[in-house]
Amino acid sequence: MVIANEFDYRRPATLAEATDILANHSGSVRLLAGGTDLVAWLRDDAIAPDLVVDIKDVPGLHDLKLDGDTLHIGALVTFTEIIESDLVHEHAPLLAEMSETVASQGIRNRATMVGNICSAVPSCDAGPVLLAYDTTVHVTGPNGDRTIDINDWFVGLRQTARTDDEVVTHLTIALRSHGGVYVKLMRYAGEDLAQASVGIVVSPDYDYRIAFGAVAPTPIRSSRIEDLLRGKALDEALIGEAVALVSGEISPITDIRASAEYRTRMTEIMLKRGLVAATERLEGTGPAYGTRLV
Amino acid sequence: MDLKIKINGEDWTLDVAPADTLLDVLRERVGTKSPKIGCERGDCGSCTVLIDGRSVRSCLVLAIEADGHEITTVEGISYDGLSELQTLFLENNSFQCGFCTPGIVLSATELLEQNPNPTRHDVQEALAGNLCRCTGYEPIIDAVLAAGDGGSE
Repeated sequence: MVIANEFDYRRPATLAEATDILANHSGSVRLLAGGTDLVAWLRDDAIAPDLVVDIKDVPGLHDLKLDGDTLHIGALVTFTEIIESDLVHEHAPLLAEMSETVASQGIRNRATMVGNICSAVPSCDAGPVLLAYDTTVHVTGPNGDRTIDINDWFVGLRQTARTDDEVVTHLTIALRSHGGVYVKLMRYAGEDLAQASVGIVVSPDYDYRIAFGAVAPTPIRSSRIEDLLRGKALDEALIGEAVALVSGEISPITDIRASAEYRTRMTEIMLKRGLVAATERLEGTGPAYGTRLV
Repeated sequence: MDLKIKINGEDWTLDVAPADTLLDVLRERVGTKSPKIGCERGDCGSCTVLIDGRSVRSCLVLAIEADGHEITTVEGISYDGLSELQTLFLENNSFQCGFCTPGIVLSATELLEQNPNPTRHDVQEALAGNLCRCTGYEPIIDAVLAAGDGGSE
């Protein structure tokens, strides 16, 4: 089956050229990075842009580096590059744990983490982890550069705070000592979308970041659970109180991959196991990153 | 649009439309039929090719995106006879209908390049995105493990 929609294709050589193309184009335009969502959507006629702008030649967007106490992840960094990065394993191991669960090797070699949050489907794996890491999204457009707090990034189903004339250049994560976990429920190990997912980061002073995926129109943070746990070490009663809040925080749907009830019950179990694993990892024990908890 | 690519060591210049996928161009324009048309949405792995040595779903790559890059299909790894991995596929009866085999051979070739002595778990992870509807996974995994143990590739 061919892609029926006809479109123009541009591959700018600089960021300025890319933003210039976007600013001066009046029709519908899509940015192309890894293309693993975009080309599938083009073939499905789910989108019909008249221009596709491929940013893979833009220099600087491939960077994955440490800037002082900040991890910098360029817009073109693929999931495979994250998995293969020693920097990531040392400073932000949740990114690797999450990336290993994304689709298959052939997709991870191509798909970018920034593209994952730009597609912004409810089950996007990067969402809960980037929320739990308090990530900052850096974009540039006709009015210059601006930053978007990841908490303001996901504005609706497949909708983000990026405007059509802006390009995401990179993400930054302020590094701090932490334990964390990404728990993903799939129908089988290897190559599936999340039926539900949980991302947790806990700091040495018991400041918790808790996010859920695939159980609402967007990945979501749970401030009620975070407020309950703040400053407290875990015990069985506290975990029970946290788990009791889950069903009020999420709004899963029933679809072909799971029922709403199953998603809710499993999210509760994943939060429980995830909290235990994240705090154990904070203390240097617990299951190795990459161990599957469900 | 002008597309300049290297396919299995040969330089090609092709005039393609932006909407042409790499899979379509390889099969219909270049005549390289080993990448198969399966699900056409990145799930099945039968269209797998290597771009600069790494596996991709050629159904999810626009041909023009591959401009300036090097494509390898199973034809490209068999110039000097079958690779050790391919021979082990024969010895282990690692395919039935064979539709998924080119994609699996390429995914396993990439794995062995990155990790010459993979564990069974590594092989399962690397091939998780290549579906075999004849349910022949065990002999496939055995062949890749044997190629790893051989260590000469």
